[in-house]
Amino acid sequence: MLTFEDAVIALGDFTLKADFSLQPGCKYAVIGPSGAGKSTLLNALSGFVPLSAGRLVWEGRDITDAAPGARPMTMLFQDNNLFPHLSVRQNVGLGIRPGLRLDAKDRARVAEALARVGLSGFADARPGNLSGGQQSRVALARVLVQARPLLLLDEPFAALGPALRREMLDLVQTLVAETGAALVMVTHAPEDVRRIADEVIFVEGGRAAAPRPAAALMDNPPPELKAYLG
Amino acid sequence: MARRAVAISRKSGIGATLLVLVLILAALGAVLSRADAGAGLVRSDWLAIRFTVVQALWSAVLSVVLAVPVARALARRRFVGRAALVTLLGAPFILPVIVAVLGLLTVFGRSGWANLALDTAGLPLMSIYGFHGVVLAHVFFNLPLATRLLLQGWQSIPSERFRLAAQLRLTPRAMFRAVEWPMLMQVVPGALALVFVICLTSFAVALTLGGGPRATTIELAIYQAFRFDFDLGRAALLSILQLVLAGGMAIVALQFVPAIAVGGGLDRPLRRWDARGGAQRAIDAVAIVVAAAFLLLPLTAVVLRGAVGLPQMPASVYHAAGISVAVAGTSIVVMLALALPMAGWIAGREGGGVEAVGLLGLSASPLMIGTGWFILINPYADPFDFALVVTVLVNAMMALPFALRILVPRMRDTLDTYGRLSATLGLTGWPMWRLLILPRLRVQIGFAAGLTGALSMGDLGVIALFADPDAVTLPLQMYRLMGAYRMEAAAGAALLLLALSLGIFWICDKGGRWRADI
Repeated sequence: MLTFEDAVIALGDFTLKADFSLQPGCKYAVIGPSGAGKSTLLNALSGFVPLSAGRLVWEGRDITDAAPGARPMTMLFQDNNLFPHLSVRQNVGLGIRPGLRLDAKDRARVAEALARVGLSGFADARPGNLSGGQQSRVALARVLVQARPLLLLDEPFAALGPALRREMLDLVQTLVAETGAALVMVTHAPEDVRRIADEVIFVEGGRAAAPRPAAALMDNPPPELKAYLG
Repeated sequence: MARRAVAISRKSGIGATLLVLVLILAALGAVLSRADAGAGLVRSDWLAIRFTVVQALWSAVLSVVLAVPVARALARRRFVGRAALVTLLGAPFILPVIVAVLGLLTVFGRSGWANLALDTAGLPLMSIYGFHGVVLAHVFFNLPLATRLLLQGWQSIPSERFRLAAQLRLTPRAMFRAVEWPMLMQVVPGALALVFVICLTSFAVALTLGGGPRATTIELAIYQAFRFDFDLGRAALLSILQLVLAGGMAIVALQFVPAIAVGGGLDRPLRRWDARGGAQRAIDAVAIVVAAAFLLLPLTAVVLRGAVGLPQMPASVYHAAGISVAVAGTSIVVMLALALPMAGWIAGREGGGVEAVGLLGLSASPLMIGTGWFILINPYADPFDFALVVTVLVNAMMALPFALRILVPRMRDTLDTYGRLSATLGLTGWPMWRLLILPRLRVQIGFAAGLTGALSMGDLGVIALFADPDAVTLPLQMYRLMGAYRMEAAAGAALLLLALSLGIFWICDKGGRWRADI
């Protein structure tokens, strides 16, 4: 269980408050108007933005000041999720060992993960020679070998077409179902919320609200969410 | 947005910076402790100050004024060989000074090509030694630099302005006033300041073409006090004078100095609709032909004369060449060991500032650093044993400001783009250098290494202070051959030196680009 305890994120004039817990294996959608702080919330979770007050607690352990790489989560950004000068195999291998000194067992895990996302023949390719969808699959293969308890998605598929984006989200759903990881995804699309999310975190007016069951919330939104959904 | 999440170790960057500071400040301290303040400045010192400033002023003004028509012609004309000429404008950067001097001597010297022509025409002969020669050589080196800076200025003018001007049918004079003059007012002060500062610390040119009470720079006076009189007190006093003058001027001047684009981008001519008149075409053609001849003739002279002189080179030249290659290679390694951590530190900071340390290496005179370290080493060991070590360190530091300007932007870019990804993967320390920074910066590293190697290869500075018969670099060996009037052998050495300088630059630069698909 990951908990924000009276957390405050302050960046210049902007502040965002959060005070809630995330359950293992649950799928959360983070929605809210542009500039409300959806990405900031994910950056605070993953350690790129410091908390100015409050704590972040993972299974009883305070990880407020832990380095991004030492947290129980991994994150896919909007872009630059792969190193273009490294091969697909190396990019995935980085998820196991940052020094890339892989033994036979590690290499087998990389190959397995690539097979799982349907890229078996592409281990030696450079990301630049792959399509956008294939690049997303490589990043997901790395998420698989990292096997962290939480996966954060900051709209990594935003640049893909609608069909491809749905395909990727389905793949994500299958993968987290297999690994049992919790999923926290920023999205602008109500249909994504309905397709995937168990719970919704609505970010607006300087506050990230506690998660509420997705179906009920979307069927019967409170006024401010209604205003946002239109 | 987010704080920079990247954990590039700041320790190594701070350590490298401190090392550079210590290297300079220890030399300064040693020089201060030995400076013979009681002696005060004598007449010859005042003459040296005056000559240093006056020749630098003339060199700066002539270089920049002559660069205006050349840059304008290059900016608005397309012709076969334009790209080659623009590339050639970058060559003096990596051309050893002494090689260029030999080329200039062949063309403009006492029995050179120019005097041959003057003699045939019954005109009085010209002399390249003294004030004229020093300024001529400085213009040879800095006209291309000024031209590149101005060309950048011309290419920064939005093409919409030229389109608008073409629609309004501006006369050439109105065109100049409305579009080009405002740009020149922005770029020219910086170009003047940069050339002025470069010429203030000039040593090799003054050593070879100057001399005597009427044509001695402060830097040369340090050398003479050291080498001929072995008067460390005077050398130290002059070093301080040089530091105050050149350092002070550099601090003032560098406020104006524009960013130096060492890379490409200048090879694309602007689409222009004006300047189609016959007179303008003729002016541009003359500017381009004269500038190209001025740059190419001395280089051609080096190659032609060198080819003849190669068989006459004594074996000592090859020995010196071997030493020079080793010095250049070590300088590259030292420069990278200093510049990469410094660049990492600078790029990780929000503001700039640390680059100033690199610039300190430029304004602190190499001869002052040499003198200082001679004083420091002298009580404990024979300083001449350390001639090559000090040369390597000084060469690496001379290249540092350029290297930082090349490395820092790309480093910053790399950390901005891939910093968060590295952090989520726990990629830090040496693996981060190995897997992220070095591969992403290899083009820049190759270019910086090439510049350093060429600068070091051709440097005739500190080594002239310390030199003993065994530890002689190729430029110094060549200078000695010239001093002994063995001009053919010197020309052969010049050709060898030219080939090695260009070669080391080419290898490093190409090595950085080889299979760089990023």
